[in-house]
Amino acid sequence: MPDSSTATGLHTEEHNPALLHHFAEPQQQRDAASLGMWVFLATEVMFFGGLFCAYLIYRLKYFGDFGAASKTLNVTLGATNTAVLICSSLTVVLAVWAAQTARRTLLIGSLAITMILGLVFLGIKGVEYNDKFVEHHVPGASFSFNNVPIPGHPGQYADPHHAQLFFSLYFVMTGLHALHMIIGLGIFLWLLIMAWKGRFTPEWHTPVEIGGLYWHFVDIIWIYLFPLLYLIDRHP
Amino acid sequence: MSDHSKSSPLPTYFAVFIALLIGTGLTVYASGLDLGPFNGPVALTIASVKATLVALFFMHVKGASEKLTKLVVVSALFFLLLLLGLTMADYATRAWS
Repeated sequence: MPDSSTATGLHTEEHNPALLHHFAEPQQQRDAASLGMWVFLATEVMFFGGLFCAYLIYRLKYFGDFGAASKTLNVTLGATNTAVLICSSLTVVLAVWAAQTARRTLLIGSLAITMILGLVFLGIKGVEYNDKFVEHHVPGASFSFNNVPIPGHPGQYADPHHAQLFFSLYFVMTGLHALHMIIGLGIFLWLLIMAWKGRFTPEWHTPVEIGGLYWHFVDIIWIYLFPLLYLIDRHP
Repeated sequence: MSDHSKSSPLPTYFAVFIALLIGTGLTVYASGLDLGPFNGPVALTIASVKATLVALFFMHVKGASEKLTKLVVVSALFFLLLLLGLTMADYATRAWS
């Protein structure tokens, strides 16, 4: 049983070369890394939380107008993107498991497929953004939202100013999420390269686990974004 | 990741994966129903169940060896609910002119 360093600081006992000197046990080192990422994710929860709060306030205040604006979003593309991210979360846990069980091919394949799914997500997002641009739903000088009926209230039309507010929130929230996806892709590219070079072992594969935590968090954000933005008022 | 004699986690992962996909279909389906004021809460409930599944099983919060991790997760949630709850308590109790 390895004990911690002696008074002289010399390590004469056998220990895992991946164990850093300021940790007593490998499990403690793993826990510290995971805890660090979770604390960061807690800050990210508050980061997105502020936007969700702004969205909540205005959705309740301008419910009809937001419903009309939300109806112009493509639910099929949004749901597809949700499924894409759910698949990518599965490939991420498979990558972590592969690293834990020394399955190099599965590890590299899972990381690569995760990245491909991330790119698919961004591609579909690009298509959606383009649709919004073409329909003049991008907030700004060329924004137009006239004579769009409020769902469930025949004869009433959405206030373009309130609809523009919805689209501002839509672009900021999904844009910030997409930025996190791009950063995640960068992280996973680095993981892929490290995995290719054979740096990960069952004893040490912390970056895969930590990168995985980040990716799952980005998935969770989208799990909330999709129903809140796309599915406000879709019943006839 | 503290269990040394654990059976394969793969069945759990695939079960959660299927559950997440079913949840997505369910939320799209439910949005097409007229549930009155409950459309929003239903959508949020389904989303929360999905997020909990991801956190517990994919992010390995369930069975985490470090209890502090669970505390951090719970406190993040707590402060988020504080933000949303107190803000909405203000706005929702105003008389709009």
